[in-house]
Amino acid sequence: MARHRNIRTMNYDEEYDGYDDVYGHSVEDDYASSPSMQHFLYDRSQEHQMSAYMQSDIPEEDELVSDESKSGNDVGVPSRIPPLGELEQAQLYSCLDLLRDRMGDALSEQAGIDAILACNFDAEKALDQLLKTSVASTLSKSTKSIIKPKPAPSIQVEKIRGSEVRDGKTPVKVVSAKKVVATGFSLPPTGTDASSSADRQPAKQESAVEETSRQLGCLQTPGATPRSTSPADREATPSATPKSQSRTRENRVDVASEYVKERSGTKALLNLVVVGHVDAGKSTLMGHMLFRLGQVSSKQMHKYEQESKKLGKQSFMYAWVLDETGEERSRGITMDVAQSQFETETKSITLLDAPGHRDFIPNMIFGAAQADVALLVVDATTGEFETGFESGGQTREHALLVRSLGVSQLGVVVNKLDMVGWSRDRFNEIVARLGAFLKQAGYKEQDVFYVPVSGLTGENLTALDEPKLTEWYSGPTLLQAIDKFRPPERPLNRPVRLVISDIFKSVGGSSGCCLAGRLESGMMQTGDKLLIMPLNEIIQIKNIAINEVSKGSCFAGDQVVLTVSGADLSDVSLGSVLCDPSQPIKVTSRIEARIVIFNIDIPITKGYPVVIHYQSLSEAATISKLIAQIHKSTGEVVRKRPRCLTKQTSGLVEIEISRPICMELYKDYRELGRFMIRANGTTIAAGLVTGIL
Amino acid sequence: MKLVSRYIERDGTGRVALIPENPEDMWHAYNLISHGDTIRASTIRKVQTESATGSSSSSRVRTMLTVEVETIDFDTQACVLRLKGRNVEENPYVKMGAYHTVDIEPNRKFSLTKACWDIVALERIDMACDPSQNADVAAVIMHEGLANVCLVTGAMTLVRAKIDVTIPRKRKGSTSQHEKGLQKFYDTVLQAILRHVNFEVTRCILLASPGFVKDHFFEYMMQWASKNDNRVLIDNKSKFLLIHASSGFKHSLKEVLADPAVTSRMADTKAMAEVKALENFYAVLQTEPSRAFYGLKHVLKANEGQAIDTLLVSDNLFRSQSVEERKTYVKLVESVRDNGGTTRIFSSLHVSGEQLTQLTGVAAVLRFPMPELEEEPLDSDEDS
Repeated sequence: MARHRNIRTMNYDEEYDGYDDVYGHSVEDDYASSPSMQHFLYDRSQEHQMSAYMQSDIPEEDELVSDESKSGNDVGVPSRIPPLGELEQAQLYSCLDLLRDRMGDALSEQAGIDAILACNFDAEKALDQLLKTSVASTLSKSTKSIIKPKPAPSIQVEKIRGSEVRDGKTPVKVVSAKKVVATGFSLPPTGTDASSSADRQPAKQESAVEETSRQLGCLQTPGATPRSTSPADREATPSATPKSQSRTRENRVDVASEYVKERSGTKALLNLVVVGHVDAGKSTLMGHMLFRLGQVSSKQMHKYEQESKKLGKQSFMYAWVLDETGEERSRGITMDVAQSQFETETKSITLLDAPGHRDFIPNMIFGAAQADVALLVVDATTGEFETGFESGGQTREHALLVRSLGVSQLGVVVNKLDMVGWSRDRFNEIVARLGAFLKQAGYKEQDVFYVPVSGLTGENLTALDEPKLTEWYSGPTLLQAIDKFRPPERPLNRPVRLVISDIFKSVGGSSGCCLAGRLESGMMQTGDKLLIMPLNEIIQIKNIAINEVSKGSCFAGDQVVLTVSGADLSDVSLGSVLCDPSQPIKVTSRIEARIVIFNIDIPITKGYPVVIHYQSLSEAATISKLIAQIHKSTGEVVRKRPRCLTKQTSGLVEIEISRPICMELYKDYRELGRFMIRANGTTIAAGLVTGIL
Repeated sequence: MKLVSRYIERDGTGRVALIPENPEDMWHAYNLISHGDTIRASTIRKVQTESATGSSSSSRVRTMLTVEVETIDFDTQACVLRLKGRNVEENPYVKMGAYHTVDIEPNRKFSLTKACWDIVALERIDMACDPSQNADVAAVIMHEGLANVCLVTGAMTLVRAKIDVTIPRKRKGSTSQHEKGLQKFYDTVLQAILRHVNFEVTRCILLASPGFVKDHFFEYMMQWASKNDNRVLIDNKSKFLLIHASSGFKHSLKEVLADPAVTSRMADTKAMAEVKALENFYAVLQTEPSRAFYGLKHVLKANEGQAIDTLLVSDNLFRSQSVEERKTYVKLVESVRDNGGTTRIFSSLHVSGEQLTQLTGVAAVLRFPMPELEEEPLDSDEDS
């Protein structure tokens, strides 16, 4: 009875709802496969934008829009298809789909069909042909159709794709987006931009082609990707240059001219790291230097003097300028890199004071990775120089590390010479011994200079007046010597890369997080949207600060603090990289690398556990494979698949990192392709990334 | 582990009854049981019964089952061993050939029948039943921003907690964020220690770090203990041992265990012996490369020449699914012993064992140099 009632009261409509849709009829009823009908259907995959149908109010684009509406959206016009067999027809449509996928709406169906037939159903050829003819015939139309952006080929991750598409779907949209993003300055006239962009094109073109082909791997027609065609195309149609730039990063004014505008009046920027054995007097030297240059007020200095006296460590008073944590002060050693700023006659110096103790070498590596030039401080006191210089001392290790991290200009500061009575012989002895070693370590003689100083008394830092020293030394003071360093070339035109070295809450009222780091390449402006890897989120820059002064923009080489919004920053870890959303950095846990092995006790075998130091990051890793032993200077393979790599050799190895990190190839980004390998508290090798697997 | 009975025939067949007692015994059991063995243990089975009227009811019954093992699962974190296989003995509840998954439970007897008890398996039983081998040590390896809380037992190193936080760096003029971050980090580590370390069984707790992190942390911990009147920490203060380590990553545990301060404090545990053996191998490889070899092909060649002095094998090779492979390694071990060499079977859960596993799993130090081996290419399995 109960069951009968159930059936009686059953709502049949509801019960059978959906029944019909699933069974008993073919899918084709729902989705018309007939080509003529398809044109009347709204296809999301074709990336229509409402703005594409609307009349744009930007006058210079007017022509293009109407052009597109004529050529691209000829949906109603029945196309002329020659009589074809069933198979051929199918082929034709699949080719046509492919072409449309490539070229977007700009492709008129008739032109496509003709091209396909001419090329005998070879989509690739047809595409080539179409592109060529369109370039030749109508310039504006061609740029339009080619540059029609699609998800960038380099993109592996959906999220980036989203942002990409948002940024520029149709060229029309890009222009409006540009208006929004590019606050702060007006767009330059087309002509100047075209000419200036021409000179940076070679580099960009090269990198772009390289990038796309490497990342996509399965690139079918190199000529069809927007990024690789556009530079070539742009040369042919210079008038279209600014509009064809579809990405946020690129729609700004030319980086180089902006750089000149912003920075021409200021002194050249130089990142200087101070390294040396523990207790060589690095912090004291630089602290005193800062004091002499007026970076530290005498009131502050007096305070340090009093406080250090209380602890019975008066000799550390200058070091306290840079060693600020309680731990560092009470122990009397630097633990983490301290950053400060001073200016010489022609340079603006960012000072990085690295720790000398061997336990803090990871921090020192971080400091050295950000530096352009280095000062090596050695203790001239009898016995002290020797301990620092013998194996186990940090003088050697630091000098090697700094060289391996790409610093080629080195100033050797012979410190504490007052302790040996400003002895000329001692100075010469140290110079001779270090000179031989540094040459062997790969420093060029002309790039190394030696300065005798006393950090504590302040002699020869900014001025030379000790009579015992002037007897035999007349050369430059330390400040003058630093001034002579040559600033390196900055990769201004490369896509943005910034390795995050510090994350902290912003001080003051503004919400959001601060990220600190050195901008490796490119430029940034407030309002820029950047991708943070390996988190893979888009963030927006709210503020850029250099030395606690807000700036509207920053350039490669700057040490910056960014206030950002947009992503959950509790997930951001050290070593994450901010990069250009269109050209993201690679994330990997396996790399192939060329390593140069230092003086080690234990040979490196397969499976050897190490710590890999890369920029601000240190991560556990294992050498998973020894591919070859390489001759140190010639680079020839000495032995394939060696059993082990012993000291003072070079090798090609595969390294497996315990979690995915951001890395770049050495040939793409020199600074970002270098890393150090350490094990058991000593640096065992320096490496260059040769492959990302 | 308790050995209840042992009947092993001359030809190697036979059965052994064991009672596992602690998590480590599960690991030993995991290494003993291989594919194709039969195991008899008490287990719970869900049985469905249908009454005469057609209504069915299900109940759970505890019963003794004998299954032929097909898959073996071991969870290193929870130390649970799970064996799946077909029923091979008549049982009132379970049909012959029906699948059942047996959980090996602590303090319940199970008996294991093997077609062939080899020397490695028999040694494993001896080792598992030796109470003196038990030495529980906790180790906290850290550097600023990273800490690994591990438990080191005779045969296992278990990472109980990994703490990875970002500590803001010191900034010019403001160190408060750095110090706050550091406090938070210490607090997290402290909580992890309290949660994971059983002070009653742990003989000592190693605090290892580069620099002063360990001292600073120890100070912080003791201050916290006296502030909160935490008796456990105060009473066990003497159990803490501060050791230098080069980093906070897990593999630094190797350095920690090799530290003389630790060696003198702890009994000569298996973990330490393994670390030493591997270190010795590397030392020989550096000084006399023709006396140290790794990779199955090289080691087998060396064994043919009766040259092996010390053989290092990772125990995961004996857990191999393939009987052939397992036999190869057992034969190698037996033959080295016969020739007067020593063999060391590394636990693949220890850091040194992990490293050996990466290094093809088998390595040997020779009595005399065999330079001819050096010329030969490495095994083909190197490619994989």
